[in-house]
Amino acid sequence: MSDNDINDVEHLACDVLIIGAGGAGLRAAVEARLAGKSVIVISKSLFGKAHTVMAEGGAAAAMGNVNANDNWQVHFRDTMRGGKFLNNYRMAELHAQEAPDRIWELETYGALFDRTADGKISQRNFGGHEYPRLAHVGDRTGLELIRTLQQKLVSLQQDDEAAGEAEERLRIIDETTITELFTDGGAVKGAFGYRRGTGRFTAIAAPAIVLATGGIGRSFKVTSNSWEYTGDGHALAMRAGASLINMEFIQFHPTGMVWPPSVRGILVTESVRGDGGVLKNSEGKRFMFDYIPEVFKAQYADNPEEADRWYTDPDNNRRPPELLPRDEVARAINSEVKEGRGTEHGGVYLDIASRRSADYIRERLPSMHHQFKELADVDITAEPMEVGPTCHYIMGGIEVDPDTAASSVAGLFAAGEVSGGMHGSNRLGGNSLSDLLVFGKRAGEYAAAHASAAEPPKLTDEEIAAASEDALRPFGNDGENPFALQDAMQAINGRLVGIIRRAGELEEALTELAALKSRIDNVTAAGGRAYNPGWHLALDLRNMYVCSVATAMAALERDESRGGHTREDAPGMNPEWRKTNLVATLADGGVRLARQPVPTMTPELLGLFETTELSKYMTPEEYGSSTTDPSTDPSTTTVEDA
Amino acid sequence: MTTTDDTAVSSPPRAAIGARNLRIDNWRKGPILTVLGITAWVAYATFRVFYQGDYWVADYHYLTPFYSPCVSDGCVPDSAHFGRFLPDHPLIPFAALSLPFLLAFRLTCYYYRKAYYRSFWLSPPACAVPDGHAKYTGETRFPLIGQNLHRYFFYLAFAISVVNTYDAVLAFHSPDGFGFGLGNLVLIANVVLLWCYTLGCHSCRHIMGGKLKHFSKHPVRYRLWTISSALNGRHMMWAWITLASLALTDFYVMAVAAGWIDDLRFIG
Amino acid sequence: MSTRTFRVWRGDADGGDFAEFDVEENEGEVILDVVHRIQAEQAPDLAVRWNCKAGKCGSCSAEVNGMPRLMCMTRMNLFEEGQTVTITPLRTFPVVRDLVTDVSFNYAKAREMPAFSPPADLKPGEYRMSQVDVERSQEFRKCIECFLCQNTCHVVRDHEDNKEPFSGPRLFIRAAELDMHPLDAREDRREAAQDEQGLGLCNITKCCTEVCPEHIKITDNAIIPMKERVAGDRYDPLVWLGRKIFRKGKAPSAKD
Repeated sequence: MSDNDINDVEHLACDVLIIGAGGAGLRAAVEARLAGKSVIVISKSLFGKAHTVMAEGGAAAAMGNVNANDNWQVHFRDTMRGGKFLNNYRMAELHAQEAPDRIWELETYGALFDRTADGKISQRNFGGHEYPRLAHVGDRTGLELIRTLQQKLVSLQQDDEAAGEAEERLRIIDETTITELFTDGGAVKGAFGYRRGTGRFTAIAAPAIVLATGGIGRSFKVTSNSWEYTGDGHALAMRAGASLINMEFIQFHPTGMVWPPSVRGILVTESVRGDGGVLKNSEGKRFMFDYIPEVFKAQYADNPEEADRWYTDPDNNRRPPELLPRDEVARAINSEVKEGRGTEHGGVYLDIASRRSADYIRERLPSMHHQFKELADVDITAEPMEVGPTCHYIMGGIEVDPDTAASSVAGLFAAGEVSGGMHGSNRLGGNSLSDLLVFGKRAGEYAAAHASAAEPPKLTDEEIAAASEDALRPFGNDGENPFALQDAMQAINGRLVGIIRRAGELEEALTELAALKSRIDNVTAAGGRAYNPGWHLALDLRNMYVCSVATAMAALERDESRGGHTREDAPGMNPEWRKTNLVATLADGGVRLARQPVPTMTPELLGLFETTELSKYMTPEEYGSSTTDPSTDPSTTTVEDA
Repeated sequence: MTTTDDTAVSSPPRAAIGARNLRIDNWRKGPILTVLGITAWVAYATFRVFYQGDYWVADYHYLTPFYSPCVSDGCVPDSAHFGRFLPDHPLIPFAALSLPFLLAFRLTCYYYRKAYYRSFWLSPPACAVPDGHAKYTGETRFPLIGQNLHRYFFYLAFAISVVNTYDAVLAFHSPDGFGFGLGNLVLIANVVLLWCYTLGCHSCRHIMGGKLKHFSKHPVRYRLWTISSALNGRHMMWAWITLASLALTDFYVMAVAAGWIDDLRFIG
Repeated sequence: MSTRTFRVWRGDADGGDFAEFDVEENEGEVILDVVHRIQAEQAPDLAVRWNCKAGKCGSCSAEVNGMPRLMCMTRMNLFEEGQTVTITPLRTFPVVRDLVTDVSFNYAKAREMPAFSPPADLKPGEYRMSQVDVERSQEFRKCIECFLCQNTCHVVRDHEDNKEPFSGPRLFIRAAELDMHPLDAREDRREAAQDEQGLGLCNITKCCTEVCPEHIKITDNAIIPMKERVAGDRYDPLVWLGRKIFRKGKAPSAKD
């Protein structure tokens, strides 16, 4: 059998199969290999290119290196507040407790974080974190994290070689996409996919599978996410029988670049506004003064004179309205553009050039200056930037057991952005990288344990043949170009399921998405199987589609505004909704939505908060009856019981 | 500037691209300028070194760096600050004690290596332009393995720079005692530039502190390394400036010594 | 908006040729935008590797008008109006299809490179390092592994047989990173660089530094310091002489 014969399916087997080679996948691989299991890691792109490299700010961990008052309880509190108490409390607790160990461990793999004066890992301030908490390396922390894990995997491979292992016990298969999970009796037993380079199919038998595929951002036109983010893990899990939670919660950053097109979606840091940048519409008007909500009037200036005095005298003046919370700013930009006062490229102007000297801008915002100069040939010291909201992160994802990262399908685990619950309705900056490490490790550990107890599975020729046929279907179709369909889907999501949502628009989105379904089923790939991006996208489209539907359905159902879900027709948080997660599953080929109680916090954790704070989020019975034993509380229903 | 045809760049399994390089910018300019510049300098220096005259201005004690230290029996006694012990022979330069090492210092210099490997040896002539030679062994064999001796030549060049500095100080002279003229400015400027080149040398940077694993335990050496690194960042510039300054200084001394021009005197 | 002709090499290991595309281009675009437009409108199976499109992942390496570049960082205003732009795959590595090459050479070399060796006496959380001591290594850890340096280096670009003994600039900065790492426990980094990685093959002609999109001073800050460290161990005549006289088996390393 020749390696080059693309009609032969490559057959592989391992104990733990990890799909996704970002931070979570690689950390899981380290753990599973250290547990003695044979591991295969599937990477959609080249090894070490995963979207984790884009993370800039840092990894949150309460090490207390900069402020000794920090501890896991404070981090836990911040995380729950950020998520508006919709978080899976146990995940938030484990995350806060274990993040420091996960960071320190990276140093033993060779990571070089920035240091404090006494030689410890330096930590920086970030929105929503009470103390300086983010371990970082300049503004390239994600790169450090992925490179460190990549190099750790290589060192484990070298250890195996030195130990004379006959077979490779830790294998990285790059540029490979998984299209299907195989299940048997409610348990996973393997996966099927194709090598992007050759188009050759590969079938991998494995009793334990970890999904670590990241998010869904490519379903939106303007996104800070890479092409890989097509919701593969979300869709694979659903098709295998697992459930997704919180899919309506998507974090949009208010200021992404919108022009020039080459950089659309890339983040523009909040510091631009903090250092004096203002938002203007196409008429040159500083419009944020028109968008100060009643509840914020006490803290935000209603005239430019006072706002401008704030930068130098914050004690005696109210803050500029450009510094309102992210969702308020994004809503304002959205509204200006919708009313025809946007820039020609559909954003607004973020102007610091006319307000600060060139030297000041270069000194205070070196990386932004560099980013615009290098990527966009825009000199932000001389001209305004064009910005608009950009899709950044999905809080929702596969419903998992907080301790084991196990989904409801036996043998199927999930970690990182593809999993849901940890961040509730909104993620704090810095909590993503630590999430990858904490739950990546746990997923690897429990997947290895599951594999130890399982029989080596067998894949049948029939199921492999069916999966092959499915994957090849676009070549036989006579429909549309996948790039055009992707554009159509992105347009629907961007227009109707974006940062500000309304019931009517969401219904419209669902109708339009439904109309897209048959076109996606009939998508056509031209050319051959070797490195064919059109074919690849054709197969990714159905994943993007099912995630888009789940998001739109959940967004329509939840008629309140909370964190990353803003309903213009249902403003404000509703304590009743706080108790409810929306769970999406696949039934008869369609997405089905169900309500499910949010697990109730233990009395100890509830005791970390003031009652006055809890009263903003919860019904009186919840925080008043905090002595209830969680094990007998019927509202702690987990997915197994449901 | 031609290149041979048997390199691997267009052979399968690599992409079979007909043209061996597709650069459309003027990549030949760099190597051509380098060849012209270095050739002109070497021609001038060779002529001057074997000329054995007009290297010393007796009134003002100007000594050209090309004849320093002047240690041949042929040297004017006043110009020989370190004694005269080499035989006077037309093929033995008066500064035969220093010149070979200065030459070796520059020949093994990391910048000059880049410059002449690219321009004279076409290996490669420019980035993404094929090598001019089918075989390539880099600096792994004799004679190029000798490039690793750069450090040793740096030590000697350092000593010679001290001598040049000493010469420049002695040159504050007139028949009446102390003196100061344009020639002094030329000599001092040349010496300052020579130090910028010598102290910014990659070997110097290594010795100052580059070899250390923990800067934090050696604050003084870290400081020295920082200074050397700053100079090193413009090593190419210093390399060319000192070529020019050496030739100009020598020419100025020659012109005054030969009586073509009078030194502009400020004092004495 | 204007139209420009692009010559894109299309083919695979069995051969190929340039295909010409007349493509619309808009102000502010980069080469990768144009390649995507060709894909979306004219050749959906045009193979191109890319990922973040923000100069952070190092996937979209190719050669534009003969110069190795990241396609996402090459702005169209670099080219004159009406000038034809030629896009070719990296020439040092085997071609997979069109603009995609097989860069496994670099990963194979990385596997030969001994990993960070943690100090035996420190537990996680006990590591203490000064900022000045980690800064040199941090520069090398900026590397996004675009492999443009590996591709441009004439040692392997023009001499296929050197791929065996030569690891390339990407791995030299890795060697320097670890040799300069304040807590790396291995003491054989320089020997490995010289003997296993082929540091001696480098003739410091600096094309790696010229093409590095992260502006890492590969030659000045990594390769030359490593050559100097090797020279200190092996070629310094004073050290060599001392070793002859005192019959020391090995030069003292710069452990301090």
